[in-house]
Amino acid sequence: MFTAIHLALKEIWRNRGRFLLFSLVVALITVLVLFVAALGEGLGSGNREYLEKLNAELIAYEDTARLSIASSRIGCEKRREIRRIEGVREVGSIGFASVSIPMGEDEPFDISLIGVEPGKPGEPPVVTGQGLARRSADEALIDRTVALMTKLQVGDWLTLRSVQGNEDQFYDLEVIGISDSRKYGLRPSVFVPIVTWDEIRPKAVKGPGEEDPACNVVAMQLENPTQLDPMRQLLQARVSDIEAVDRKTAYENTPGYSAQQSTLNTQNAFALLIGVLVIGGFFQIQTLQKVPQIGMLKAIGTPNTIVAMAVLIQIVAVTLLGVAIGSLVTLGLASAFPPTIPIVFEPQSGAMAVATILLMGPVGGLVSIRYSLRVEPLTALGLG
Amino acid sequence: MALALEARSVVKTYPVGGGVVQAVDEVSFSLQRGEFVALVGPSGSGKTTLLAILAGLLSPTSGNIIIAGHDLAAMKEAERARFRRRNIGFTFQANNLVSYLTALENVELMLRLNGEFNAAGRRRARELLVRLGMEERLNSLPRQLSGGQQQRVSIARSLINQPTLVLADEPTASLDTERAFQVVETLASLVHEQNRVGIMVTHDLRLVEYTDRVIQLLDGRVERIISSEEDLACLADPAECAMIPMDVLGIEE
Repeated sequence: MFTAIHLALKEIWRNRGRFLLFSLVVALITVLVLFVAALGEGLGSGNREYLEKLNAELIAYEDTARLSIASSRIGCEKRREIRRIEGVREVGSIGFASVSIPMGEDEPFDISLIGVEPGKPGEPPVVTGQGLARRSADEALIDRTVALMTKLQVGDWLTLRSVQGNEDQFYDLEVIGISDSRKYGLRPSVFVPIVTWDEIRPKAVKGPGEEDPACNVVAMQLENPTQLDPMRQLLQARVSDIEAVDRKTAYENTPGYSAQQSTLNTQNAFALLIGVLVIGGFFQIQTLQKVPQIGMLKAIGTPNTIVAMAVLIQIVAVTLLGVAIGSLVTLGLASAFPPTIPIVFEPQSGAMAVATILLMGPVGGLVSIRYSLRVEPLTALGLG
Repeated sequence: MALALEARSVVKTYPVGGGVVQAVDEVSFSLQRGEFVALVGPSGSGKTTLLAILAGLLSPTSGNIIIAGHDLAAMKEAERARFRRRNIGFTFQANNLVSYLTALENVELMLRLNGEFNAAGRRRARELLVRLGMEERLNSLPRQLSGGQQQRVSIARSLINQPTLVLADEPTASLDTERAFQVVETLASLVHEQNRVGIMVTHDLRLVEYTDRVIQLLDGRVERIISSEEDLACLADPAECAMIPMDVLGIEE
């Protein structure tokens, strides 16, 4: 083992330029893989964040909407029916709409306008300031990203632009609280009382919000949060025309989410495949160049295990160095990105990506290890 | 003197097309410790194949190679590799050294492989290289050494483990005349001095003046074994003994 380490490290050190160059190639692949993973996480998170963090176990849709939030309409009667089901602790109506915040000379800033019932499931916890208190009020909670982008603070006034009929209408709301990041549909969110939401949301005809407006979905907290499936079935049996799902199913069915994630996963798989081929190719070329030397080593009695271990150690060392450099570069680049860019470095998926790249080194090098094992010592005498 | 190597009726055949080529044909000879022998013959006479069989790199079709009482044919592959490491030293025609190890590290590699990489072994490696005139080049990489210096390092590596048998395959093929003589003289003197058995495959008959015997192969068979000093001198320099007919020495005119 020590002889294998000695041979492997001496070769790396005496050819450090070549090996460093190759480590940099591995580093580039690492950056690519980590960035695609972070982009996937960022885009996924931007799509699902609000639903994923929702303080409810089940979400009810209109059954004909096929889990499309935009197509789902649930009226007040249905909400009451849901609320009466045994095992449902609390319900909250949630409405979604797209509006924008005018930014002066700059492009307006698109946001998700989410209508919630104050104090009910759907309203996010407040980090700064206070929560919503009334069903209808010129008040809003903004999420962290809106606060960062607009520099708004608690007590400031926020202007929203919404299309009513053919005209832009502007609504002034007081920021009473700031929540953590709660993106929905790749946009940061502004939360308003449900009646206010009904007034502001884009409509064909401008008008005041209804006292008990139809919302898109109903969020439910359960008495026993572990009984998801039985409760889901009970709800669907007892309340007509609804479909109830858990949070994961809900965000997986947001428009484009699955397609987007599978596209990014495919990109990552290709990046890893390219990594395997590049590492495999490099070490195979190197092994081919060293055939006479490997033959000589075997002729003088070097066991196959030492020859194979030396190649493996080199592969692991080069991959480790490349992954370390790539990870550091990625960290450096990541800190330079503004929070609005949907790149999220999630430790678990990052660690998974790094582990996969570390594994792809030896996998890529398997062919060259096998090849080096098959070199005949006779090649040293020109007879191989 | 003790018998160190014995080749008994060694045969090596290769299937070629529908027939069989006899590369080595019933070769038998024995060598004693302290002997330095040249294996000569025209191209295709089976020299290198015989060398590979003697080294345990190639199994004979039939016959036996006994080195210091051990029959190579009775050993498994891994056992043969271990035996080679401990009992056989090699000098090849080219690609002799590990390109990324210095001269000293190349010699020490054999110590590492045999688990003898200790202070005494390292001192021995250094002394051997110094003895071969490499004191200024101990830390040079092979690419920084001349062909002759590389061969000297290779000779040091072949001897560092004090093997029974030292095999050299055309060790002077890439050297100029002066360096070729120096290298073979050094190899011969170390084999004699350390009481090893040395076998050198060569095309260059001038080098046989440093050997004790010449085994001449022709078509895979031992054509003759020349051992008298007079015949060896003639083989090395035919112009000096024109009275002896060349065919007596087995030299093609």
